[in-house]
Amino acid sequence: MAKTLFQKVWEAHTVRKLPNGQTQLFIGTHLIHEVTSPQAFGMLRDLGLKVKYPQRTFATVDHIVPTNELKEPYSDPIAQEMIEALRKNTKDYGIRFFDTTTGTQGIVHMVGPEQGITQPGTTIACGDSHTATHGAFGAIAFGIGTTQVRDVLATQTLALSPLKVRRIEVNGKLAPGVYAKDVILHIIRVLGVNGGIGFAYEYAGSTFDGFSLEERMTVCNMSIEGGARCGYVNPDQKTFDYIKGKPFAPKAADWDAAVARWASFASDAGCQYDDVKVFKAEDIRPTVTWGITPGQAVFIDEKMPALETLNAADRQTAEDAYAHMKLAPNTAIKGTKVDVCFLGSCTNGRISDLREVAKYLKGRKVSSSVKAIVVPGSQLTAIQAVHEGLDKIYIEAGFEWRGAGCSMCLAMNPDKLVGDQLCASSSNRNFKGRQGSQTGRTVLMSPLMVAAAAITGVVSDAREVFKV
Amino acid sequence: MSLAKITQVKALALAVPGDDIDTDRIIPARFLRCVTFDGLGEHAFRDERTGPDGKERPHPMNSAQAGRIAAAKQGVMVVGFNFGCGSSREHAPQSLWRFGFTAFVGGSFAEIFFGNSTTLGVPCLTLSKEDLAECDAFVRANPNVEVTVDVEKLTVSAGVKSWKADIAASARDGLVNGKWDPIADLLEGADSVAKTAGGLAYVAGK
Ligand code: SF4
Repeated sequence: MAKTLFQKVWEAHTVRKLPNGQTQLFIGTHLIHEVTSPQAFGMLRDLGLKVKYPQRTFATVDHIVPTNELKEPYSDPIAQEMIEALRKNTKDYGIRFFDTTTGTQGIVHMVGPEQGITQPGTTIACGDSHTATHGAFGAIAFGIGTTQVRDVLATQTLALSPLKVRRIEVNGKLAPGVYAKDVILHIIRVLGVNGGIGFAYEYAGSTFDGFSLEERMTVCNMSIEGGARCGYVNPDQKTFDYIKGKPFAPKAADWDAAVARWASFASDAGCQYDDVKVFKAEDIRPTVTWGITPGQAVFIDEKMPALETLNAADRQTAEDAYAHMKLAPNTAIKGTKVDVCFLGSCTNGRISDLREVAKYLKGRKVSSSVKAIVVPGSQLTAIQAVHEGLDKIYIEAGFEWRGAGCSMCLAMNPDKLVGDQLCASSSNRNFKGRQGSQTGRTVLMSPLMVAAAAITGVVSDAREVFKV
Repeated sequence: MSLAKITQVKALALAVPGDDIDTDRIIPARFLRCVTFDGLGEHAFRDERTGPDGKERPHPMNSAQAGRIAAAKQGVMVVGFNFGCGSSREHAPQSLWRFGFTAFVGGSFAEIFFGNSTTLGVPCLTLSKEDLAECDAFVRANPNVEVTVDVEKLTVSAGVKSWKADIAASARDGLVNGKWDPIADLLEGADSVAKTAGGLAYVAGK
């Protein structure tokens, strides 16, 4: 019978059926970070349990790391306590830790792919909702809670129920100035922030075939913003090429067998999907959010919705959103004043993002009214970018060049909005208070759109600013 | 490990309206800077409850009703649709549970939030849109009437009212049989786990 990748991976990792009807699923790869793991280690200690497969858990530190302080102890004692707790836990239990001193530290969803730990046909879990990022490689990757982190540490398994699979096909070629970020913002806008509940999203079609692995990661990353617990792209030659030679990639003698195995996990032709949605790449334009959920988005050249056009439930959220964002219904978002520009995060903090923006940034200057920061998602990305001289282009243009971490994507480190500042952000969440100020405002967009906002000081169409 | 069988939660209720209430609102990220869940209860909905000026804002969590629930350490929160969307932080249900909420009733729940709550032994039951509106109105109008969330019979009732409720079968099963924390079951499967692991080349080290 023809099967989806999701079904094949699920079957290969099924340990047994649990008494409550759920599946005990083997988790081949477990990623941990400093925020959601300390309590899990505490629970292990309370229960007197060991880590079952320490070699299958990998740790990094990302959320609390200050991106403008390179030396410890950090000025924030809580951040210091958290990094030290992770050091102790990984040491006590024999877990590999990509610590800040290794040159390989970074956002957890960047470290896995960079190290070749993220592989097709595997199951991955991490106490972080953006774990779906790893689905770009054809892995089934779940975000989990802390008690589940304990479960994986203690048993390398989780109690889960299978998901339905929705195939989301995007076909055709994106117009210049339209990026993977616009594709996922558009999908979420159309299918809704809770449209994916109960589903795994399979992203497919010629647009995805043409995407690099990094572009695929940008899309899979935001699956959770559409309500889907995981999202994936079927593995292909690009996937294998990306993994080849990475530190944890299968070595020469095992390589061919690994590729054959990986390829066999791709969804079969003619398999049944629980739902299919089809989009045309040509219909997608640069997209920005105007509200407080990632689904509240418009094309940059559209007006924000008039309240009368919305149904009762959406209208209530929209009213709340307009009040928070200090924006008016039925007006253009283009031209809205921007205070801060943030280029980074596990959605768009990769080398390809930094390169793409740098291409257009040469000779341009950040507006004097804007604070702009660029934060490579990982140390390896930062090293590569510096090697290519990208840092100079950013600094020359007036961006602050920072160290690796989550930075202004969320308010757990010193990079925060102040008061009701409006931030043009390449991250994934525009929730109230997400960027550290209760009244702070977030407008999500692609990296090039962030750069356009930085230069003009207002929400802009990058295609016009950079003559794309 | 023996756990309580959670068949029913009978307690005062608080309505916290709105759809798509995300986990950043339930527990702002700055309170995630911690290595234990202790003390999270007092920060539940912090930025909704307190303005930038540090003053209390009108929010259900600041009401006398919320105070009674906090004192009793049991309560039912009646919410809207897609409650708990956003991050996987278990800090969200942990903070509400530590505040005093022992059951949720809503239109729908984000999946990770739902799982995190169940694993704490806190049931999340859903009602139809119409019933939820009625339940919400009832709870506001009758703050002194206890609401019964019956996980076994799949009903939510209060006074003479009763609404048909739903929850994923596996979650219901776990709660009513005192197996809502899966760790015991997962540990039991150790032999089968080793077998599955052995069949996976990448785990076996290839
Ligand atoms: S960059 Fe943002 S979304 Fe990604 S892991 Fe860090 S905090 Fe989470």
